[in-house]
Order: sequence, then C-alpha cells, then structure tokens
Amino acid sequence: MGDFTAQELTAIFVMQGFSGLSLFCVFLLMALGLAIIFGQMGVINMAHGEFLTLGAYITYLVSYQAAEWGATALTWYFPVAIVAAFIGTFALGYLVERFMIRYLYNRPLDTLLATWGLGLILQQVFRSIFGPREKTVTMPDWLLGSYRATDMIDIPLNGLFILVITLVLTLALFALLYRSRWGIKVRATTQNRGMANAAGINTDRVDRMTFALGCGIAGVAGAAFTTIASTGPTTGSLYIVDTFLVVVFGGAASLLGTVVSAFGIAQSQSILSFFWSGSMAKVFTLLTVVVILMLRPQGLFASKVRR
Amino acid sequence: MKLHTLSRSWLAGLTAVTLGASVLFGPAHAAAPPTDEVMTTGLAVTDDTVKVGILHSLTGTMAISETGSIQAEKLAIKQINEQGGILGRQIEYTVEDGASDWPTFAEKARKLLQGDKVATVFGCWTSASRKAVLPVFEQNNGLLYYPTFYEGLEQSKNVFYTGQEATQQILAALNWANEELGAKSFYLVGSDYIWPRTSMKIARTHIEKHLGGRVVGEDYYPLGNTQFGSLINKIKLKRPDLVFAAVVGGSNVAWFKQLKAAGMTAERMPMLTISVTEDEVLGIGKQNVEGFYSSMKYFQSLDIPSNKEFVAAFKKEYGQDAVIGDVTESAYLGPWLWKRAVEKAGSFDVDKVVAASDNMEWKEGMPHGYTKVDPNHHLWMRTRIGQWGSDGQAKVVWESDVIEPNPFPEGY
Repeated sequence: MGDFTAQELTAIFVMQGFSGLSLFCVFLLMALGLAIIFGQMGVINMAHGEFLTLGAYITYLVSYQAAEWGATALTWYFPVAIVAAFIGTFALGYLVERFMIRYLYNRPLDTLLATWGLGLILQQVFRSIFGPREKTVTMPDWLLGSYRATDMIDIPLNGLFILVITLVLTLALFALLYRSRWGIKVRATTQNRGMANAAGINTDRVDRMTFALGCGIAGVAGAAFTTIASTGPTTGSLYIVDTFLVVVFGGAASLLGTVVSAFGIAQSQSILSFFWSGSMAKVFTLLTVVVILMLRPQGLFASKVRR
Repeated sequence: MKLHTLSRSWLAGLTAVTLGASVLFGPAHAAAPPTDEVMTTGLAVTDDTVKVGILHSLTGTMAISETGSIQAEKLAIKQINEQGGILGRQIEYTVEDGASDWPTFAEKARKLLQGDKVATVFGCWTSASRKAVLPVFEQNNGLLYYPTFYEGLEQSKNVFYTGQEATQQILAALNWANEELGAKSFYLVGSDYIWPRTSMKIARTHIEKHLGGRVVGEDYYPLGNTQFGSLINKIKLKRPDLVFAAVVGGSNVAWFKQLKAAGMTAERMPMLTISVTEDEVLGIGKQNVEGFYSSMKYFQSLDIPSNKEFVAAFKKEYGQDAVIGDVTESAYLGPWLWKRAVEKAGSFDVDKVVAASDNMEWKEGMPHGYTKVDPNHHLWMRTRIGQWGSDGQAKVVWESDVIEPNPFPEGY
C-alpha cells in the first residue's frame, strides 16, 4: 500500500470500517428474527427468507401507492412502509404458527420440511402476484446518495438508515426480552416449558407471539433491504444461508451470541474482501466458521437450557 | 417484417381453394407442399401444422430473466402464423419449463425432441442450461435457437446463437472507451461464473495487449452476493478511468444501489457494463443506472423503422409498460431465422435447414438492423454503446461497424 498517502489510507480505513458496520447491520437484522424463533422455540424456520421478501414487497406496494399520491407522500412513505411490513409479516407469522407450526413442535425435521415447503409456496405466490421480474422500490431522496464528509470519505445514507433501524430494533428486542413481563414468560418457556405451564403461563400463546414477532422482524429487515438490494420473488433466499450461519455460529439460544457472531462474520468478510476477491473472502469466512463450530459445536455463546 | 393480417380460418379456406388452383396458376401461391416432400425425418409436421418447442425457465431464479424471451418467441410465432405460417403450415408450440435447473432442461429437451418430435426448439438462457441440453440436441439431431449473449468458445451444428458472443460485445466497447472516454486504466468486476470470467479474460488481454492500458483490479463475487461495500472502497482507492462490469441477477441490483449510495455517480466513476439491458433496469431502478453505459447489439430506443414496428407490436401484445432488452430481441430473431432457412431449404429436415442457413442475410427488417448468419452459426451484427437516461431507456452514443462473430478468438 506504499503508493497511497496517509490521508487516503485514513479515508479508506474509515469507509472500510463503515462498510463492515453496514454488513454487520444487515446480518443482524436478518438474524434477529430467526434467532428468537430458532433460539427461543427451537423451530428451524426455512421460510424466514420469504417473510423477508414479503416485507420487501409490502414496501414496494406502499411506495407504489405513495407515487400515486405525489411527491410529499413519496418523500415520507418509508416509515409507514416499515410499519406496514411489520404488521403484514407479523400477521402471516401468527397464522402460520396457528395453523401449521403448532402441530409440529418437537418434530424438528418435520418443521424443517414443512417450513421449507411453505417457503416454496410463498415464492410461487409472489411470482404469480408480482410477476417473476424484480420490482423497483422508488427511494425517497433522503435515502439516496451519500454524505460527503471529506473528498475521499462518503458515508452512504442508506447504510446509516439501516444502522439506525438495526440499533432501534435490537434495543427494543432486548428490552422486550429482558425488561418486560412478556420477556419473562418467553424466557421461562424456553428454560423449562413444563414448569412455565405449571406456573400459569400460557405457553401456546407465548409461542405464537414469539413466532409472529420473529416473522415481523424479518418483514422489517425486508423493508430496510429494499434500500440496498433487490426486490424479487427469490430475494429472501439470497440471505437465508448467511442468516442461519450467523445464528448457529452465535449459539442458538443466545441473543447476545447472535450480535457478536454477526459482528465477527461481517467484519471478517468485509476486511477479507478488501484484500481478496469477494468469492475467496466468502470461502475463507465459511471455512473459519466450520472450524470453530467443530471445536465448539454449541456456538460462541451457549446458554444453559433444560431440554 | 410487414405484417399481413390473414386470419387463420381464412387462410385454411385459401389453402383448400389453392390446392386445386395451384395446378392452374403455378406454384407461386401454392400454400402447402405435401408433407412427405418437406419432411423426411419423422418430425411433427402435418399437412397444415408444424410443431416447435419453447424451452425456458418459467419458475425458479432464472424466471426473472427468461420471461421476456418467451414473450418474444411467442410474438414472432404469432406474427409468422398471421403471415401464413411456414411452407403453408401454421406453427404450434409446446412450452416446457426448465425450472432454472440444468438437468431438468436436458430432460425437457429430450421430451421435446423424442416425444413431441418438434421441428425446432427456441430456448435456454444461461450457458449452464445450454451446455446441459447440447448433447441431447446433438444425439437427436435437433435444432436449437439460443438467444443470450454469451462467452463464446462453443459451436455446434445443432445450435444457432442469436445473441452476441463475447468478442463482439466486448472488444468494440473497450476500443470505444479507450478512444472516446480516454480510458487507460480499468477495473474489472463480475459475478463468479463462466460468462463473466471468460468475458473478463478477453477484456484483460485486449486492454493489455491492444489498448496499451492497465487493469488495476479484477474482482468476482458469488452469485447472489448483496454486499459490495469493500469492493466500492477498493475501486475508490485504485481510481480507474473506467469500471468494466458483468454482475448479474439480484447482485446487480445491489451493486448499482450501493454504488449510488457510496456517491459513485456516473460523473465520478464512469462504468461500462455488459449485463444491463432494459429488463435489468426495471429491477435496478432508473434512478440508480442513470449515466452509466451498456454495450449491447440492441436497445429498445433504436431509431430503426423495423424496431419501431417490433416495439409497437410487443407493447400491443404485452402492455404499454413492457420493456424489451437485448436478449428479448435475440429471442425474437429465432423464429424468423428458422422461417427463412426452412423456406429456402423447402424442408423442415434439420440437416437441410442448417445447410440453408449459411450466409443468410438481412440488410433490413430485423429490429437491431443488419444481420448475417455466419457458417459458424453466430450472427454478424453491430455493437452499440447506450447511455442510460432518467427514463430508463438508453440513448445510443456510439455504434460499431458490422462485426464478424468469432467464438474462438485466438490470442485471448
């Protein structure tokens, strides 16, 4: 790197840091929903990516409607779209738990197959309704372009936006799980279902809300990702592998583990792809994760749970 | 491609009348020569129909891309039928779904050739699907018209390639960038599979050997990758005169959105891509591609009379919002190429059609302009550089001479 001035190197360092941070936010946003479903309920939700896609399509619909209403609506529709995406995916999640998942508890392989099938069905539904081509979500101006801090340093506005959403959502989730009555019920159910039932907690209801909440978070992630990536029937499947990777690596039942694992994977991938080609960075990151999981199968943070 | 609007029943009546009348008035209006004369190899040809296959992904990841091709092929077939069909026979098509899965493509190709006995197939999109069906077509002596621009390095008696091969698309474009934009240093970016890798190999050799330029970076990202932050930083640091890109699919959308977000507008960082057509712009968004360049043989905005007719017919069929990309246009060529070859050969037999195809030439009539079928089964055509505008259409800023297809470039 001898050809570059100190100023250039600092600028790249800052931007590279931010790029790693953005990737971390993307990973975390994807993984949060899955982590509470997988971690707290032990359900492997293969259709998680499709809930994300649904969130993205709801955002598209809202933006489409906003475009009809005019420029002011187009400037401020995004927060509305996020709320709508949350409500839509939450509702679908609630129904899926009510009519499918609840019959499959304690049968992990069956849930895996059933949710995978659900994912395929949803993909085809999206394709039938919205067509196989990708949709453009018209972005408001304040989400386009970058903030030019110096001549070299550009901070992407959509990256900042995702950072804020991730921060808010993560804090809200932690508060919900560790500072609310509902959180106590969830944790009690996770730790010992029978005992929680005996103590008067309606664990069926807790499960349903947990699943719906996880799906709702996926919907928010989908809405947020329309700012950085594509909106098509198979968009969700682009993220699903990374999502599982983050959750498993972090230790299934630990929310903190998910955060740390998302950070580790994102930074290593971001830094490696700076010095290497993108494909090699991915290979190396996966290899590292595999090796660490071989040595530590329970993931980074294992919580003590009575199964 | 003037369209006559003969209805089919009217045509059947005409056929019946002329069958008798042709003896008197000579063969000029003889609608349908007898079947045993035009087909000797057991294909699905009757006295008034001929069956063909359309083989694309209707489901799965590739459905996004292949939809336009199916629409174009159906439109061409419809138009040919309205003009009276081929050798007096109406074309009937069977659509098969390759489902974005390469073994499925091979299986469906076998079904079309062995089961349905189709006279020809229009189809495939990715190179992987074409490679999967190639042995099936060669073993069964079938005929395939393949629409996508691709990496070259292939030639088969049984396949006609109606898109550009890599050298046609790339070399002229790089020359243009070198002369018109003054580009000396290049950054090459692609998705990680055979087409971008082969294309970039050709590009690098051309830049280093023939343009006296430098490649300051070359990067590949897995298909479906959605994070390009590190790559954009690298490009900023290396400051190339031009980014030359072949990113595809969902990745392409992410790539453009993140470029825009990083402040890498077309003024700050000129980019020439070989993977963005009007179809892709739909997904990427007009606001994100504005000012960047694409190298293609066809743009929807081309100011050629036959293109205006084609666009109007396409929109009439599929709605005013329909867009036409390069591959869609290539797919549209397939049925017309086949029609002329069959008529020239006076036969549906694959060997005769293939032989008749050599050096067929269209001075005008094709939406993209001049076309000639090379004996190597690729097409002679022009390459154009289009600059994307805020309306999602490209403005042609430069046009090459007609370029000979060279699927096996030496020295690359």
